[in-house]
Amino acid sequence: MAEPLLALAGVHTHIGQYHILQGVDFAVPRGELTMLLGRNGAGKTTALRTILGLWRASAGSIRLDGAEIANEDTPTIAGRSVAYVPESMGIFAGLTVRENLVLAARAGPPAAERLETIFRFFPPMKKFWDLAAGNLSGGQKQMLSISRAIVEPRKLILIDEPTKGLAPAIIQNLIEAFAELKRTDTTILMVEQNFHAARSLGDSVAVMDAGRIVHAGRMAELAADDALQTKLLGLSLEAHQ
Amino acid sequence: MKRADWIPVGLTAAIAIAALAFMGNPSTWLTLSIAGLAMGLLIFLMASGLTLVFGLMDVMNFAHGVFIAVGAYVGASVMKYLAAPAAADSLLENLGALLCAALAAALAAALLGWFFERVIIRPVYGQHLKQILITTGGLIVAEQLIVVLWGPDLVPMQRPTTLRGAFLVGDMAIEKFRLVAVAVGLVVFVAMMLLLNRTKIGLLIRAGVENKEMVEAMGYRIRRLFVAVFVAGSALAGLGGALWGLYQESLTVHIGAQMMVLIFIVIIIGGLGSVGGCFVGALLVGLVTNYVGYLAPKVALGTNILLMVLILLWRPQGLYPVSKS
Repeated sequence: MAEPLLALAGVHTHIGQYHILQGVDFAVPRGELTMLLGRNGAGKTTALRTILGLWRASAGSIRLDGAEIANEDTPTIAGRSVAYVPESMGIFAGLTVRENLVLAARAGPPAAERLETIFRFFPPMKKFWDLAAGNLSGGQKQMLSISRAIVEPRKLILIDEPTKGLAPAIIQNLIEAFAELKRTDTTILMVEQNFHAARSLGDSVAVMDAGRIVHAGRMAELAADDALQTKLLGLSLEAHQ
Repeated sequence: MKRADWIPVGLTAAIAIAALAFMGNPSTWLTLSIAGLAMGLLIFLMASGLTLVFGLMDVMNFAHGVFIAVGAYVGASVMKYLAAPAAADSLLENLGALLCAALAAALAAALLGWFFERVIIRPVYGQHLKQILITTGGLIVAEQLIVVLWGPDLVPMQRPTTLRGAFLVGDMAIEKFRLVAVAVGLVVFVAMMLLLNRTKIGLLIRAGVENKEMVEAMGYRIRRLFVAVFVAGSALAGLGGALWGLYQESLTVHIGAQMMVLIFIVIIIGGLGSVGGCFVGALLVGLVTNYVGYLAPKVALGTNILLMVLILLWRPQGLYPVSKS
């Protein structure tokens, strides 16, 4: 089996006095979309932030493309071609859509073909090109946040709950965009609470509970096993369609 | 395009027009307006770096006045050294001397800023109480070092010959040096706006003021950016200090500390981290100080505090609040 792009082994993270990640082990295969699922407070967002170095792992190993990154700082990890779409979207409200994308393109001005792809996925980005991002709707802000992550080819994209708080039509739009993005062999690790989206998009899955991975495998297997879903997540995927 | 908010600019213009109505004398009003603009633009020079430093890293630098004082003293020393060209009856030679003094002031303040950031500010990132204590301590120590180097007495700072006195237009008197201050202030403001809006460094500064974590998550090192902004802000404070010394025509060691009250008022009025807000806030403070000083001298002392209170009642985050996340 090919070496995974990202592998966590025995990762612990403390935030102040709280011990959030308590020995996390999982791998993200290359070119796949891996879903990180779990109940609220399970440690999913902490896992993403620890991978990116926004919170330091207090123990354990994080390997990206064969290199140990657990002790690297955030700019260095991001410089290894890792993009991040936070739960809060993290857009720069005072900057225009264009300026947000120019900043996200580290290697130089955004390539025309990449912009065309972004405009095809998310037409409002073209329409509101010179509008301050703070004036966009919630869904459009999420589109901008994802557009920033894909404005250049990336090895790994970390995405935290992209469908949170969005209208069903926009969620469907995002699912279609991610489905097309998957066809470009981009490796994605996504935290998601919307099980319909998770099942539609995920190739592999890791489920967290109380700061540990309690299940890892193929998404298709989890989606087909109602009893396992109920045991791991408390609910059946079918109940969320 | 984000729609520009012209209300604070309109308010500044409205205050100027209201002052004209109260004075009834256009020549006095014009003289005071130019004095107010010059004062405002010099305050802007001194304050713009501090507002960006606060916006980028939440650093409360009470020692910012030292950069002003050092700039003023270095500028005075250079002007003394270049006494011959400064005293010549040639505008070109005078401007050359002024340029040398301004550059030396900015350079000295930049070097001091770099030292302060590395030695005094860096160990207390994210700790506001320690920042206040240690930067206040730094201010006291640096002021005493100025006393050691330049002495405790008042230092005269003469303007170059052709920049002394005033133009007389009818019965209006317009001080020449005030026009120089206005021109320098406007040039720096335009340059800063171009830098912030037309360059990637400027985009990074604006983005960093809003959300520094996300800037780092994109692969940029916000600390390096902060050091650059801190040093540039110190250089501007030094430049402002040298020009303020020439504006006052004398210096004391407290020249910077005395300006800090006005500077804090300006950056709070403008909205912490906003260069545009700092610019409009500085103009408001400069104009109101001059108008009220003429119309009601007895209340002039508290005018700027009252102005700040009124503006914060209207816009609690300042005239141009910066969205933070």
